Amino acid sequence: MNVTKLMKGNEALAEAAIRAGCDAYFGYPITPQSEVLEYLAREMPRHNRIVLQAESEVASINMVYGAAGAGFRAMTSSSSPGFSLMQEGISYLAGAELPCLLVNVNRAGPGLGTIQPGQGDYFQATKGGGHGDYRLIVLAPASVQEMADHVFLGFDLADQYRNPVVILSDGAIGQMMEKVTFKPYQKPTVDKSWATTGKPASRKRNAISSLFIQPERMEQHNLKLTEKFNRIRESEVRFEEVNTDDADYLLVAYGLSARIAQKAMDLARAKGLRVGLLRPITLFPFPEKRLRELATQVQGMLTVELNSGQMVEDVRLAVEGRVPLARYGRMGGMIFTPEEIERQLETLFEKAYAN
Amino acid sequence: MQTDETVTHACVPDDYDVAYHRPAALMDVNMHYCPGCAHSLVHKLLMEVVDELGIQDQTIGVAPVGCSVFAYEYMDIDMQEAAHGRACAVATAIKRLMPDKFVFTYQGDGDLAAIGIAETLHAINRGENILIVFMNNAVYGMTSGQMAPTTLPGMKTTTSPFGRDTKFYGAPMKIAELVAQLPGSSYVTRQVVNSAHGVRKTKQALLKAFEWQKQNTGTCLIEIIGNCPSNWRMTPLEASRFIDEEMVKAFPVGDIKTPDQPSLEPTPENL
Ligand SMILES: Cc1ncc(C[n+]2csc(CCOP(=O)(O)OP(=O)(O)O)c2C)c(N)n1
Ligand code: SF4
Ligand SMILES: [Mg+2]
Repeated sequence: MNVTKLMKGNEALAEAAIRAGCDAYFGYPITPQSEVLEYLAREMPRHNRIVLQAESEVASINMVYGAAGAGFRAMTSSSSPGFSLMQEGISYLAGAELPCLLVNVNRAGPGLGTIQPGQGDYFQATKGGGHGDYRLIVLAPASVQEMADHVFLGFDLADQYRNPVVILSDGAIGQMMEKVTFKPYQKPTVDKSWATTGKPASRKRNAISSLFIQPERMEQHNLKLTEKFNRIRESEVRFEEVNTDDADYLLVAYGLSARIAQKAMDLARAKGLRVGLLRPITLFPFPEKRLRELATQVQGMLTVELNSGQMVEDVRLAVEGRVPLARYGRMGGMIFTPEEIERQLETLFEKAYAN
Repeated sequence: MQTDETVTHACVPDDYDVAYHRPAALMDVNMHYCPGCAHSLVHKLLMEVVDELGIQDQTIGVAPVGCSVFAYEYMDIDMQEAAHGRACAVATAIKRLMPDKFVFTYQGDGDLAAIGIAETLHAINRGENILIVFMNNAVYGMTSGQMAPTTLPGMKTTTSPFGRDTKFYGAPMKIAELVAQLPGSSYVTRQVVNSAHGVRKTKQALLKAFEWQKQNTGTCLIEIIGNCPSNWRMTPLEASRFIDEEMVKAFPVGDIKTPDQPSLEPTPENL
């Protein structure tokens, strides 16, 4: 049975974790995501699940490692500075191929920055913020509904690929209240015979480790991971398109920026400029094929992000110079208005407006 | 994970009584430890205890980053290899999710007392029902002998080439005494393994700690004065003497706290 509620993004995410059968949550307070820990501290015990306020994000991520290594559905959440602290642990999780869900409710930075929304952690999430050669599956919710949906999807993808999944949200999506519908969900049965649950006489011991001291074995492991990341690139690209059918110009934006870009698109269309929007839902894998196709259709692209230009680099790689590409961004917790973006379109594509 | 290189041992003739067995829970493989290193001995003791308690199928170990990083290659139980210093956080999650299992961490002094001190103290403060086997060899063995928080005053290491200056680096951290202050710790003891007597006592301590874990008394920490002949630049025999003459002075041996006697001071009687 569907359940519809009015909720904050962070709370919807927390509620979804419970409904997705999350066995254990470990977290440390940080604005603007503390509601996740608070909600779960209240609700998890009622469901006989484990919730623990760790002594730091370093501890949280390593608790996730222990829980995931023992075969449980485990997650943590934080915001930018805290997520930075987790990077070594995330690298270990990726190296040991442990499924888990990690949430970054992005605030503006660098440094302590501000608690207002930002998208400055795009590079960190998509390019591997920790050491070594790994990729995370990165989901970018643009609504409270997606804050919930991506939890189910994230846990399932993590299990399917034995890889950490990141939900890269931001302070606005985390804090805003919207309607959210929870659909019935069936947790898939996943073979976790590799987990450390205690070694019965019938099987060999299980070891969770990312250590391969001989370079030959390490490279074999790297190749195995690379093959997995390529499979993810092939099968898991997700994006949303709005008005791209007849579009002459394309806005590219994710998360909160995509919502504002969509309004800007409407404003531009009202003035006669045929603008479309492509919203990546997965930031890794990135919808590069579709962008390459659209590059042959449209006359210009504009990426808008709440940073100094991060995703634009992936768009640039995707379109391979086939189309003029511009970027626009605000930073420091400042958020662009639809009018601001529409003015950008106007200046960039002045000639088109004139026609 | 690496594959096991099985070592073939000479067969024991039928008419001999075997007085000494490799514990069943200890893998029959060559260990990478330097000759005379205490890590291998303590691995064996741990697995003897696992055998004797019949808990091989219920025990999950957490290996550190340090010389014992490969502990999971040697112990025939399920294990996780934690990031440097984070074993207690990893063990916390495992134990919370599987409270009926026996969970232990095995950590060096760099791992536990330096980079991982926060995870260690907080796990103990929460009274996690785990056993921490703390191998104090007063140096960073794996990275070839740098100063550790437990390095003795005046002791020369590669990063204290003129001897540890306590005015500059403080005094060696007495981890066992420190964690005994926390109400979450239940059984805290310090032992040596450089004598037959010490080995027996250490094994008893390990046995007790698993027994206490069954009763959920809180965190047990066994500090074992290990050694590092290679980085101490000593023969194993000299290292053993160094323990008797220097280490035990800074780190007194004995029970510091037991669940039935919460604040036991180390005395000659309980040595
Ligand atoms: C984050 C991080 N910092 C540093 C290291 C390098 N490192 C590996 S082992 C080690 C010290 C180990 O010393 P100890 O815990 O005392 O164990 P021992 O080898 O003496 O048994 C260090 C610093 C690392 N692997 N990871
Ligand atoms: S370096 Fe030291 S601690 Fe490491 S194996 Fe050799 S003797 Fe043991
Ligand atoms: Mg050491």
